[in-house]
Parts: sequence; structure tokens; C-alpha cells
Amino acid sequence: MTDEMESMALQGRVEPPKANGEVIFDEPWQNRTFGMARSLCEAEYFTWDEFRACLIKQIESWEAAHTASEPYQYFDHFLAALTELMALKDLCETDELDQRSQEFVDRPHGHDH
Amino acid sequence: MNDDHEHHDHNHNDSRHHDHEHEHKHEEKSPQAIRAEALESLLIEKGLLSEHAVDDVITNYAQRVGPMNGALLVARAWTDPEFKQRLLSNATQAIAEYDFKGGQVDHLVVVENTPERHNAVVCTLCSCYPWAVLGLPPKWYKDPAYRSRIVREPRTLLAEMGLSLDTNIEIRVWDSSAEVRYMVLPMRPENTDNLTQDELAALVSRDSMIGVEVLCQAGQSS
Repeated sequence: MTDEMESMALQGRVEPPKANGEVIFDEPWQNRTFGMARSLCEAEYFTWDEFRACLIKQIESWEAAHTASEPYQYFDHFLAALTELMALKDLCETDELDQRSQEFVDRPHGHDH
Repeated sequence: MNDDHEHHDHNHNDSRHHDHEHEHKHEEKSPQAIRAEALESLLIEKGLLSEHAVDDVITNYAQRVGPMNGALLVARAWTDPEFKQRLLSNATQAIAEYDFKGGQVDHLVVVENTPERHNAVVCTLCSCYPWAVLGLPPKWYKDPAYRSRIVREPRTLLAEMGLSLDTNIEIRVWDSSAEVRYMVLPMRPENTDNLTQDELAALVSRDSMIGVEVLCQAGQSS
């Protein structure tokens, strides 16, 4: 594969989905998180209605505690709903996730280079 | 490892055509990005998820599911009165033959725009949306401003979004839920009698099927 082909392939893979030319995901993690939620639902670890219920709860509690002028980050709520549901289902405990996240924070820069 | 999808953030800046895309990316990841990465790594370790499955979902939504499915239905409804009747009376049944992937259309209701009535779709609680026919929702669809204002002051909000409707046109707003997803059947633009179904489908925008745009000829918003 030539360098140019490789970079085009990479670009194709990492480009977020677009609809009517609009980028739907701001950052790759949002894309991954959406993909995780759908994969888990398709594998029947939960139903989309269960996920939706968690998402609504997250959004409602955020909206109750914040004013409309504060920046609203939909995918923050999406990720919070997913992690909450995984804990509720005993599939992934919050402590475990906190710990893994901390390990990732502590990794030296450039670990994946 | 599961992070090869992130290599682009830091490398490959030597490639001219996406220099500007990525040069602003930071070495530091946001806490959410780290948490999402941690979650994915744990779920893969536990065997609940495979990186491959996540990639497949993303590719599927990015490339195969999209507003095009909805546009095909609209174009067919414009040219096939019998199909239109079926679509309006039971959309879920009417679209079963297409086997659209993407889900969230188990109870799809299609609402028709007429010269007297304009329809718009929202999910006031979160972001319910008929993915199989419209792809993924646009960002504004998920924002609190759209979700509340389209109900409270639809005429003003639509005007701000570029759609000024005559005051004698009734506006109906349909609130999506876990049970029901809505899609708008926009009015066919004038002077499109000679167009084929495919050409008509190309005129149908996503926004017109959410009901925040009406179609003019050549697919321009009014």
C-alpha cells in the first residue's frame, strides 16, 4: 500500500459519519461510544428501550441542574447512560471503569505511538 | 489493541489533504474520551464486545443507513398512490419489503404535509429518531433548544431555521417516543412531473423529512 493510499484509507476509517454534509460526531470517542451501545444492544445485552430510559434520566437530571445557556454535550449523557446501564446489568462495575480510566490517564504520553 | 482507530490523531500529519482536519487535535484526551476508551477495553476483555463489531456498526450507520432510505420512500409515495396510501396507513408494514437496516422503525408513522398543514418531528425527552429511514439524527435535533422550542413556538423556531410558513398553515409537532417514531412526507415540489423516481428521491432532503424544511425544485430549501 502506498503512503497516500494508506492515509486515504485511514482518513476514510476515521471520518465521522455525515448526513447532508453535516458531521454528526464531534470526536472519535463519540462515534465509538455510539458503536458500543448499538453493538451491545444488537448482542441483546440490553434493549434499546432500557438504554433510552437511562439516557432520558441522565438528560433530565442535567437539565434540572443546569440552565439552557450552559453548553449541552449530548454524547456526555450518552456515555453516562451507557456506563450506568452496564453497572445496572452487572456487566461492568463503575469502580472497575473508574480504575481503568485512571490507568489510562496515568499512562505515559505517546504510549500508542 | 483497540486503539488503532486513534492513531490518526497524532500521526500522518504529513499528508496534505487532511492536515487542516487534524492539526488542532490535542495530545491530551478529554476525560470522556478516556472513559469511553476504558469502557471499550473492559468490555472487549470481558468478551461482551469485539472491536470488529463496533467498527461494523459505525460503518453501517455511516455508509449504509441514511436519509436516502427515507428519500426513496418519499419519491415512491409521490409517484405511486397505492404505496402512499399504505405508507400513511401503516408505515411499518409498508416498508417491511425494503428490509432497511438500522432499526428504530418498529412503529413508524408517516405524516403528510399538505398546503394546509405542515408537520415537524421532535423527541422532547431525548433523541428518538427513525434511524433506518433517516440515518443518524443531526446535532440540533438532540439539543434542548430544538426539543423544547419546536413544541413551544414552532413557527418562530422554524422561521429561525429558514422555514417561514404562512400563518394560515397549521403546524403540527409530533413527539417521538419509545413506542412511535415519525417521519414527514414532504410535498412534492412543483414542475417535477418529468422526473423519474430516482431523480425525485435525489430532491428529498433529510431536513424535509424531519419537517424543518420544505422542498423546492432542485432540492433547495425554501
